[in-house]
Amino acid sequence: MSLKRNILDLRKRKDQVRLGGGEEAIEKQAAMGKMTARARIHAIVDEGSFHEYDMFVEHVGTDFDMGSKVLAGDGVVIGTGTIYGSSVCLYAQDFTVAGGSLGLMHSRKITKIMDHALKMRVPLIGINDSGGARIQEGVNSLAGYGEIFFRNTLSSGVIPQISVILGPCAGGAVYSPALTDFVFVVENISKMFITGPAVIKSVLGEDISMEALGGARVHAEITGNAHFYALSEKECFEQIKQLITYIPWNNTHKAKTFPPQEPKTKLKIENIVPADARLPYDIRDIIKTITDGSEFFEIMELFAANIVIGFGRMNGETIGFVANQPLVLAGVLDCDSSDKAARFIRYCNAFNIPIITLEDMPGYLPGVDQEHAGVIRHGAKVLYAYSEATVPKITVIIRKAYGGGYIAMNSRHLRADFVFAWPTAEIAVMGPEGAANIVFRKEIAEAEDPEAMRAQKVQEYKDKFANPYVAASKGYIDEVIEPQETRKILLHALRISAGKDVQGPAKKHGLPPF
Amino acid sequence: MFRDQLKNTDFHHFNQNLRIMADKEKKQYIIVHSAKYETTYTKKYLNRKVWAEPNFNNINSYIPGTIIDILVKVGQVLKEGDSIIVLEAMKMYNDIQMPFKGRILKINIEKGQKIPKNFLMMEIEPVD
Repeated sequence: MSLKRNILDLRKRKDQVRLGGGEEAIEKQAAMGKMTARARIHAIVDEGSFHEYDMFVEHVGTDFDMGSKVLAGDGVVIGTGTIYGSSVCLYAQDFTVAGGSLGLMHSRKITKIMDHALKMRVPLIGINDSGGARIQEGVNSLAGYGEIFFRNTLSSGVIPQISVILGPCAGGAVYSPALTDFVFVVENISKMFITGPAVIKSVLGEDISMEALGGARVHAEITGNAHFYALSEKECFEQIKQLITYIPWNNTHKAKTFPPQEPKTKLKIENIVPADARLPYDIRDIIKTITDGSEFFEIMELFAANIVIGFGRMNGETIGFVANQPLVLAGVLDCDSSDKAARFIRYCNAFNIPIITLEDMPGYLPGVDQEHAGVIRHGAKVLYAYSEATVPKITVIIRKAYGGGYIAMNSRHLRADFVFAWPTAEIAVMGPEGAANIVFRKEIAEAEDPEAMRAQKVQEYKDKFANPYVAASKGYIDEVIEPQETRKILLHALRISAGKDVQGPAKKHGLPPF
Repeated sequence: MFRDQLKNTDFHHFNQNLRIMADKEKKQYIIVHSAKYETTYTKKYLNRKVWAEPNFNNINSYIPGTIIDILVKVGQVLKEGDSIIVLEAMKMYNDIQMPFKGRILKINIEKGQKIPKNFLMMEIEPVD
């Protein structure tokens, strides 16, 4: 008899918490195009799979009349669920409750689910929508952030960590997403910055809007802080679910395999690439002729577009692709593209994802701005990441492989497992034009017609060195292949590399140049 | 002198490697090692800061802030290290000093003025 009363009481309590900051606050959230914290979680996980914990946790603030205030769930929702049947741990800050501000108990709820994710070795998804530290709780909220950052670092490379920015994420709060593997942003909704527009204006006199300072597009295109950019929350959740299908639960597993498929694209691989190495094409068209179902899940599409990174499947297995993009900045390596590629290579290595590198690049981007921005130390990250990686590493040289870029893009010398080259490959210290100008400087200067001599010498150099056969004659290239064989040969190389097991020297950790 | 050394240094080889051309058909090109590649530019690339040889006779603000005090007058000759401006920025008083022995040619600021970064505060010339 009394049991029923208890159950009804429980339901009432839970309903109260589920209301968050109340209907008015929920309406305000909706007016901004934002879903509520629980609705967001439900939109990501499999239907009916979410279980929430710590619903009745209350805040512990007493100063500034906080003692009398009730904050539902202390402004954050935590729990577990599944995405396409894979377990995940989640938390979502609730902006309707005290602006999603982070107090001590709020942070304890987050760290509880983080600890759980690490212990159970399942991915963690964090949805950030918070005005920042709860000022009334003072140093306790700073402590909370610190505890979160520490766990982000501890979990890094063990479980996948995904951050979704669906509201403001300012000051110290931005460092949790920055420490995680993938950051998702949504146009008009996501805002990330260390110092907001108001402070910048008062201290520095610089007038800038929130959107222009740290909006979604800025982080997707300019800063490189965000990996995925969407126009709506719905699109963002689809991206998250798709990403989950490509990555493993943790660093001791491999990603789920899918039924193998033939590529669907109607494009013929040998028709995509112009024979003239100075003409562009979209390298993603090449990737689509190689992957299962011609599917390619691109990461950081807008940032440093001169290099393309992302996941595709081959024989049903997840593969990480790193490819120079001749369509943008001629596919050069520069500070940003080096940084982008290096981090992705390390991600693939940490989570047992084989890497296929498609190479077509004229070298490093020349310029004072690049040199002064530290292209040396940024470029070194690529060398480091490839050298360090022990997952299967396969390279296909499509056209240009010049100079330092040739070495950096997973060359034999960095212990690539297989290096293939198309007959159009040009493997040399630099392109024929530059090389002829240096090697035949004297002949060109002394000729009666220097331009004719230059053209002749460029051709001479081209015939002699701008091909894959010099490198193949030294064994730096394993095989020169016909373009249409690329997928078949890659599938074979992946099969052969499946049991790859190499160990580097024991060390505490390496010292990559960051 | 340091300034003259800089002038004689050949920075041009950087710019020769990379010339930006916008052709009539809106094709964009990039030159790496004398080879001209057809491609497209990124927004960030177009907005990049093009390096300019610094003019050491210009005293620019290295941080935005407020002019607290101007310690010199036009025509005054000062030695290296003499204080010329007090600039408040980020709640700190910054002591702006003469970079070399020289004369004040022009003062473009007033006491109390708020200035952005890279504002040309004073122009000076070296004196032997």
